Amino acid sequence: MKNPVLNISSLVGVIVLAFAIPYFVEAFTVLNFTVYIIMAILSLSLAFVWGMGGIMVLGHSAFFGLGAYAYAIAAVNFGPGWEAVTLSMLVPATFAALLGYFMFYGRISDIYVGVITLAVTLILFNLINSTSGPQYKIGSAPIGGYNGITAVPTLSWPNGNFIDINGMFYLSVGLLILSYLFIRYYLSTRYGKVTVAIRENERRAELLGYNVAQSKLITFSIGGAIAGLAGCMFANWGSFVGPTIFGLVQSAQIIIWVIVGGRGTLIGPILSCIAIQWMTTQLGMQQVVNVGFVLGIVLTIFVLLVPSGLAPLLAKIPNVVRSRLNGKPKEDVALGSPAEEGQT
Amino acid sequence: MSDNIILQTKGLGISFGGLHAVRDVDFVLRGGELRCLIGPNGAGKTTFFRLLSGQHTPTRGEIIYKGKPLGNLQPYQIARLGIGVKTQVPSLFEGLSVFENLELAANQTFSGLEAVSIVDETLERISLQDQRHTICQELAHGQRQWVELGQILASKPDVALLDEPAAGMTHDESLKTIEIIKEITAKSSVVVVEHDMDFIKLIGERVTVFDRGEVIADGTFKEIASNPQVREAYLGRKEAAVA
Repeated sequence: MKNPVLNISSLVGVIVLAFAIPYFVEAFTVLNFTVYIIMAILSLSLAFVWGMGGIMVLGHSAFFGLGAYAYAIAAVNFGPGWEAVTLSMLVPATFAALLGYFMFYGRISDIYVGVITLAVTLILFNLINSTSGPQYKIGSAPIGGYNGITAVPTLSWPNGNFIDINGMFYLSVGLLILSYLFIRYYLSTRYGKVTVAIRENERRAELLGYNVAQSKLITFSIGGAIAGLAGCMFANWGSFVGPTIFGLVQSAQIIIWVIVGGRGTLIGPILSCIAIQWMTTQLGMQQVVNVGFVLGIVLTIFVLLVPSGLAPLLAKIPNVVRSRLNGKPKEDVALGSPAEEGQT
Repeated sequence: MSDNIILQTKGLGISFGGLHAVRDVDFVLRGGELRCLIGPNGAGKTTFFRLLSGQHTPTRGEIIYKGKPLGNLQPYQIARLGIGVKTQVPSLFEGLSVFENLELAANQTFSGLEAVSIVDETLERISLQDQRHTICQELAHGQRQWVELGQILASKPDVALLDEPAAGMTHDESLKTIEIIKEITAKSSVVVVEHDMDFIKLIGERVTVFDRGEVIADGTFKEIASNPQVREAYLGRKEAAVA
């Protein structure tokens, strides 16, 4: 996707399609698609941290949950304004920076980074779970333990108008596009190129003079901030936050979205997140097969048969079609280089 | 900096448990010098490089670079001071293109259009202009070695440590590699570790011989080739090839 005309036309196409959707489907479907889009922001954040930065985070839901709780607590205390949105990104980013400082400057190996993040999110899950009772409150916001925080004040448009179902959908799509463009921009900068280089070969990056720990810390914190933004939107979507968003299931789902979509791509995890959630909803409407069972099969198929993921697979199709039409042998077909895929 | 010394080690050593991988090495490299390091397998050459580049921390002695001790600096800090390393096994950004690999090296010292122009120049020097967009993992072994040497050329360090730059290459590729090394030497002081005695002979510069973690000889190729200690430690097994 290095053709700028193609990039811009694809972006315009996505925007037009997204803004047309509410005119053609029921409010319930718009509501569902809104949460898919919010989760796509979360998926995008892990695609950046893990797929581009090579930092294996098994407990990415920690930042999502912190963002949601930070927004909810701030919204209850200060009202649902820009302060609450800023805090929903700042709190998880700061938490990621603190955690990352000990992990990356402590030169903890990749697998342990994954395990530590998983442990952290489970600790947060248990911590929030154990805050039932009126004594657990921050300012005037009760944390609520297992019941979570209900009736979270939601955002309004700058003119003070209430954001309705369609408005929440548009806002989510807008934030997804902004997050995607921000990450694309970041990856095109010197710092972003180093982020990808570290994923490819940490030792070589270090021998060329790049501060690997610092770069990882920045990547991890940015990913935390974007996951926090998704958490903020999730709190706005349901007007509720509960400790299950820190849970193992939530963390596992994000990993599945990225693996199925394709590590090293940004579009893939967005598409796979939306597709898998849609599939989960559809499967949830029937009683024949268990949703988790089907998700497990999908993941296994992708890991075994399409290890590079959905986006690289889709990227190959035009080349294969072109080669068939031109009658070229398969070996001559450039099937989309990893570098190109990495820019997707 | 007396006598134009750019890099010096004094009593440098490292032990892994009871094994003295490098012991009491006094080594001097002068500005613009091209030095070859040879020695049998396990002599400590690569470990010595790792000490110089900060990948290992010395247990004894010190490394003095441009008149100042390096202390316990991290590898990236040492690289920023101007010490570039080509590792024994090609170590590249495998999923990135040749251009991107060189750009990352050039960006450390230069920026913007200057970096791009240096990358273009480097691509020409390593004869990989046609592979500029090729992903490194798709390159042949020799070309991969050249990309890593290209990273050294593009980052223009003051000292370049090249560990087996011609390993696994054909004769013609080795000759091209010597050309690249000579180009690096035009801007940097260079230390080359190599097993191939023909290659060392073709470079034709001063040679330091390692054995069991120690420097056992130092001199021209002729001098070390006729040194009985060296012949016993290393050349004994390669004598036919040298002759």
